[in-house]
Amino acid sequence: MQLSELWFVLVGVLFVGFVFLEGFDFGVGMSTKFLAKNDLEKRVLINTIGPFWDANEVWLLTAGGAMFAAFPHWYATLFSGYYLPFVVLLLALIARGVAFEFRGKVDSKRWTQTWDWAILLGSILPPFLLGVLFSGLIKGLPIDENMNMHAGFLDIVNVYTVVGGLAFVLLSYLHGLMFITLKTTGSLRERARQAALKMYIASGAVVVLFVVLTAVYTEAFAEKGAILIPVYGLAIVLYLLLYPLLRNKKEGFSFTVTGIIMVLVTSSFFIALFPNVMISSIDIVNNLTVYNAASGDYSLKLMAIVAAIMVPIVLGYTIWSYYVFRKRVTSKEHLEY
Amino acid sequence: MEELMLARIQFASTTLFHFIFVPLSIGLAFIIAIMQSMYVIKKQEIYKKMTKFWGIFFLINFAVGVVTGIIQEFQFGMNWSDYSRFVGDVFGPPLAIEALLAFFVESTFIGLWVFGWDKLPKKLHLACIWIVSIGTMLSALWILAANSFMQNPVGYTINNGRAEMNDIVAVLTNEKLWVAFPHTIFGAFTTAAFLVIGVSAWNLLKKREIEFFKRSMTISLIVGLVSGLGIAFSGHSQAAYLIDAQPMKMAAAEGLWEDSEDPAPWTLFANIDVENKESTARIEIPYMLSYLAYGEFSGKIEGMNTLQEKYEKKYGEGDYIPPVKTTFWSFRVMVAAGGLIILLSALGLFLTWRKKIEKSTRYLKWLVPAIFLPYIANSAGWIMSEIGRQPWVVNGLMLTADGVSPNVSSGQILFSLISFSLIYTLLGIVMVYLFIRVIKQGPNEKPKEDISASDPFNAGGLQDAVK
Ligand code: HDD
Ligand code: HEM
Ligand code: HEM
Repeated sequence: MQLSELWFVLVGVLFVGFVFLEGFDFGVGMSTKFLAKNDLEKRVLINTIGPFWDANEVWLLTAGGAMFAAFPHWYATLFSGYYLPFVVLLLALIARGVAFEFRGKVDSKRWTQTWDWAILLGSILPPFLLGVLFSGLIKGLPIDENMNMHAGFLDIVNVYTVVGGLAFVLLSYLHGLMFITLKTTGSLRERARQAALKMYIASGAVVVLFVVLTAVYTEAFAEKGAILIPVYGLAIVLYLLLYPLLRNKKEGFSFTVTGIIMVLVTSSFFIALFPNVMISSIDIVNNLTVYNAASGDYSLKLMAIVAAIMVPIVLGYTIWSYYVFRKRVTSKEHLEY
Repeated sequence: MEELMLARIQFASTTLFHFIFVPLSIGLAFIIAIMQSMYVIKKQEIYKKMTKFWGIFFLINFAVGVVTGIIQEFQFGMNWSDYSRFVGDVFGPPLAIEALLAFFVESTFIGLWVFGWDKLPKKLHLACIWIVSIGTMLSALWILAANSFMQNPVGYTINNGRAEMNDIVAVLTNEKLWVAFPHTIFGAFTTAAFLVIGVSAWNLLKKREIEFFKRSMTISLIVGLVSGLGIAFSGHSQAAYLIDAQPMKMAAAEGLWEDSEDPAPWTLFANIDVENKESTARIEIPYMLSYLAYGEFSGKIEGMNTLQEKYEKKYGEGDYIPPVKTTFWSFRVMVAAGGLIILLSALGLFLTWRKKIEKSTRYLKWLVPAIFLPYIANSAGWIMSEIGRQPWVVNGLMLTADGVSPNVSSGQILFSLISFSLIYTLLGIVMVYLFIRVIKQGPNEKPKEDISASDPFNAGGLQDAVK
């Protein structure tokens, strides 16, 4: 395997890690609107992700940084080409990030309600936009011979990408509900499970629709069918398994299953792309690939060494922090947020 | 070019805004770590109270620092795509390593610190805030490594039409980095020190919680004085280094059109006339510039006209003179602020030592507006550093005008500029409002109670309440 291929895998792993971890954060954020019945419940919910959400977001920052370092052209084309969606994404992440910290700082209804909206929008828009952007990547975008993308509205927002966005939102919500069943007690925990059961059919349908549309709108299955069919097949089998798990209150298993489904769906984008990183809808010779978009070997090697040392350490203390805060959050203890 | 202008305004404003919060985060993490260490060592509750009270400021500020940083991470690709293509190979790795080495540490251990008060053993909990503090400094180190490459490119070759890294050791031992890093960190420490000092002074004036605020103030005065001196020394090495590496910036910072006399005086004030390329009404301190530059009282410094000629020979036609007035005045504002910072902290320590501090009302009154001094100096420093580098984005290698994204329209940038400005203004207002609230509440305000009894779904809650 060449270094640039290794780095493609690593960037993929970082995005997958981000979706897995921040996925449940987003879901918990949505559930503050749809699940919580009163302010205390909202606070319990926010506190379940209190110690984690910022570190989870760093996965996205690291993925972005790694992309910049390993594939400068990918970074440049992607972020300048998707300019406006990224502006909205950044605004949403800003609002959400400060909302957690600010929400509880003033005792006033209007104040908390304002920040509740920020949390809601900040938890729905990012997974939606990421779904839209990822789907756009495999569908192809108007990239010219200088690697610059000139996308119009319909290049970015169309049936396929919107379904991709919805699939991400719904999967995140489901994943978040599973996290809540693991981290809370009493009726909140039970209601989260019920909500997941209610969502079950709808979100399953959207994910299946997304897979079907992928076959219609993209070349993914034509080129990578041999890998993608088992990947999506596994995701669907797991999804079918989720129902009995939910019914039987197997919370740990359910969380694992929704997590693996998110991992599979996100990985499918990277599998479909390879060896391209950006597909041009104008002419395939304009495609950015892991070879023509990459940094020099020196940088790639250096970064590989740093990653080999640092990633295990980061994973180590991340796991430790989840271990420290392994207890369920109840309204009896001190709630920071 | 309209796109270029807008992209520059956006970069300058979002980055300057980010750097309002950055220094306070770096500095407060350090000061809080000191306070908590005193709590763990001396076992006096007052230090725990201090840690928690100043911790509120830290957390509010940190949240805004984080969210404004997210824009920074992606902004290079969005607005400066040609720049990103050109330098990504050298510039990307420090950014990625910063995330891997520093951001993960900061965010995870802040979580552990905030939520771990009752869950971790005391010493381990203390270690968490120290790790956060080290994390913030590591983050500064790596981002400054990237920035230093723009000021003084090293450790690269030009290959495939772009800068490719060939020596990480050179990138990390860039002399520019090692004059800028201590200067920035000391600047950050004074920022936090003067916030604590200013808020404490206000409370001492109101005669609230005298013991609490006097002790907070003493700790911060020491940090303030030591880092104030650190700033001056490192600032001196910055200037000395500039003459070597970016003589044009230094000449602009001195408003020096023609070569200076030998020994060179330092200009305190001048009326700069950019059109006629002259500076009049100079008020000068003899020998001082020679001393700043060479550490001795002789030696002359090249002026902008000479340098412009040299650069035209080297790089071809063009205007290589940065905006002189901005560079000149931001330098002076920074140095003046540095002087005041040292003076005020030295005076404060003297008054504390003579046990007169809480009675020196005039001095205490100065300290409240002095909160802003380090902020002004920080911004001025970056403005001098970055504007003084113009027209280059990577000194000597790439012009700012060549770095901008060719496929992003002015309408798009205008949209992002307006929306970022709006949300930043809002954040700024909310921040100030929250800070004032926390100051008014003071350290004794109990956090709002978690009323278990009103918790309908938790049987244990009711029993607890009855007990
Ligand atoms: C000298 C220090 C310094 C400088 C020059 C910058 N930053 Fe910064 N940054 C920090 C020091 C810092 C910090 C102390 O680590 C922060 C600030 C407050 C905070 O919460 O962490 C941070 C936060 C922060 C975050 C959020 C991290 C998180 O989620 O924990 C990002 C993505 C960036 N920064 C990126 C940047 C970029 C791309 C910059 C260049 C334009 C930049 N920063 C300039
Ligand atoms: C946080 C502290 C910083 C501040 C306050 C700051 C401020 C500024 C300012 C005022 C400009 C000039 C804008 C102009 O003349 O148009 C500028 C330009 C620039 N800076 Fe910085 N800067 C900071 C750190 C950095 C760092 C760490 C980097 C890179 C890692 C960086 C990259 C750039 C780039 C790419 C430009 C060129 C674009 C432009 O001219 O606007 N800056 N910055
Ligand atoms: C005591 C007198 C001071 C001197 C002689 C001094 C000197 C300098 C010089 C020469 C630079 C420009 C470096 C460059 O452009 O490459 C600089 C930058 C800077 N200064 Fe100062 N400074 C002083 C005080 C301060 C103070 C009080 C602060 C903040 C509290 C501060 C914060 C900064 C910052 C943030 C930068 C930009 C980052 C950098 O390039 O390192 N300075 N300083």
